[in-house]
Amino acid sequence: MNLLALHKRIERHTGLLIFGILLVSSIGGLVQIVPSLFESSLSTPGAGVTPYTPLALVGRDIYIREGCAVCHSQQVRPLVAEVRRYGQHSHADEFVYDRPFLWGSKRTGPDLHRLGGKYSDEWHRLHLIDPRSVVPESIMPAYPWLAERQASSDELIRSKLSALQWLGHPYTDRQIYAAPKDVRGKSELDALIAYLQVLGTRVEP
Amino acid sequence: MDNAADYYEDRLVLAFTVCSIVWALFGMAAGLYAAAELVWPRLNFGVPELSFGRLRTVHTNAVLFGFGVSALMATSIYSVQRTCHTRLFAPEFAWYVFIGWQLTIFFGIAGIALGATGGKEYAEMEWPYDVLITVVWVAYAVVFFGTIATRKIHAIYISNWFYGAFIIVVAMLHIVNNLAVPVDLFKSYSLYAGAQDAIVQWWYGHNAVGFLLTGGFLGMMYYFLPKQAERPIWSYRLSVVAFWAFTYSYIWAGPHHLHFNSIPEWVQSLAMVMSLVLLAPSWATMINGIMTVAGAWRRLREDPALKFIVLALAFYGLATFEGPMMAIRSVNIISHFTEWTIGHVHSGALGWNALITYGTFYFLIPRMCGCDLYSVRWANWHFYLALAGTMLYILSMWGAGVTQGLLLLSLDEYGIVKYSFTDVMVAMRPYYQLRLIGGALFFAGTLLMGLNLYRTIEAGELVRVRPPRPGTGGVLAGASA
Repeated sequence: MNLLALHKRIERHTGLLIFGILLVSSIGGLVQIVPSLFESSLSTPGAGVTPYTPLALVGRDIYIREGCAVCHSQQVRPLVAEVRRYGQHSHADEFVYDRPFLWGSKRTGPDLHRLGGKYSDEWHRLHLIDPRSVVPESIMPAYPWLAERQASSDELIRSKLSALQWLGHPYTDRQIYAAPKDVRGKSELDALIAYLQVLGTRVEP
Repeated sequence: MDNAADYYEDRLVLAFTVCSIVWALFGMAAGLYAAAELVWPRLNFGVPELSFGRLRTVHTNAVLFGFGVSALMATSIYSVQRTCHTRLFAPEFAWYVFIGWQLTIFFGIAGIALGATGGKEYAEMEWPYDVLITVVWVAYAVVFFGTIATRKIHAIYISNWFYGAFIIVVAMLHIVNNLAVPVDLFKSYSLYAGAQDAIVQWWYGHNAVGFLLTGGFLGMMYYFLPKQAERPIWSYRLSVVAFWAFTYSYIWAGPHHLHFNSIPEWVQSLAMVMSLVLLAPSWATMINGIMTVAGAWRRLREDPALKFIVLALAFYGLATFEGPMMAIRSVNIISHFTEWTIGHVHSGALGWNALITYGTFYFLIPRMCGCDLYSVRWANWHFYLALAGTMLYILSMWGAGVTQGLLLLSLDEYGIVKYSFTDVMVAMRPYYQLRLIGGALFFAGTLLMGLNLYRTIEAGELVRVRPPRPGTGGVLAGASA
């Protein structure tokens, strides 16, 4: 087949041009994404990995809302220095309940994937309200408003869990019904700390 | 009789151009403020909407979708009419594209500031905005391809291919990556989870850069560079080969954003190899651009617009060389998660995207308003401000990134990490200060351009241009394949 002649036709035909672009540009994505979507090791939870509790889930959504992932990664690479600094390197099977994933692309602050249990709740409280009261050199913004806001309405936490149940997270109907009990009377700050404290702990050391 | 339907639809181009400049000023001001917050964290003032995490996202969305896309819509609408010798297809419809796009982006960004964020980089707007963006984008595609389909000359000129690829591929990426299950109006959960979400996201994230910031802006280059240099494209065949190579290979490179992350290794290796392959079409295009100007160097002394475009091409070459280098896994160990990434992005975004847009606007506005640029002197000042600003920005971030990468990875003789994270963060301070100065210079230049073009628009009046009559001048310079 004469490539130049074929090209001459594409060059003069709007539909062929559109089709050509779609065809050529979709190959790479298909080859990389489709096998990954069917790769069970990427979607099967590891031992000890469970869905987030309602309070931690609310905390995670606050983490997303405030853009924490802009400066903090959640991905310990399998490099000696990183494992020494942060702890065990990250595994795909730890993230199967993460929608969206929050690995980040930039560390203006340290990685947080193995943060859970490293500091006390009280330390986190002080640090989030005024970072420089515990780390004088810190350049992190202060988040005083988190302490003043209610974590979640009953209705919202139920719809969140229902949406995740629909997506295949193993929440039972009973758990969804009882979810508001977990968040009532809690502030956004409590929720965020609950999330930070489970980060990276749901895996055997 | 004078009938509006006899003329090119240029008022729309002007409207997009003005919005693009306003978005540039807003987006860069947000970026500048965010950069200042890293030097003086108290500037966050404990105000949610001003806090760095939200403001950085406001910055990226405003410059990408406000400044960048508005500029691409303006220039694509201008050039598609002229390369097709016909008036815009469904011009009233095109005005809805304009209004729809500006309002969606405005409210989307306001939403981000107020806390409605999806959390995937460069796709942060929540699902109602994603739906609106899709609708507007399809309308834009109808206007653009409709114009091509009703063209009065045989060949589809190369700039339209690049704009076309930009429109089609961005639609594909946007829809696939933003699939989500809504919880309420301002919250949704991604259809994909964990590692799979990461692979889909960086397929999107990388190719949004690829087809918006590269493909779209190459469309701009292929029309406006030959126009300004008053010479045809050096090699039309090279541009065609580079186009298909670019469209095919760019899409594979996304997972290089996930080197050593929790995704299958074969995906990472494949992305690394294809990132290196990508160097070829990128540089082919750059060479094609530079060779087009060769022989018209003299014009660089007189024409500030051409100067911007040629410098933009140089930065394009730099950024498309740096990208593949950073995609090599052993280099990526150092560069990943550091300021180097920020430096790389800005060598492309400031050096390439912003400069070529500025050059194009300096060309477009006087021509459309039928008068001379208000001040060539100001434009020359802008050129040096932009160059100095970009250089200071990327040099400081290279320094910061390499420092950060090496310090964070260094171990002492007992195998213990040598520097605490806080030590390394403190070491970043001088670089952050330099970056702030670089950004301020760049912003000052943009402000000067805004003023200069405002004065120009004020002094002139929109020139109405008729498409050539069929049968006269039906072959474009360089397009006679």
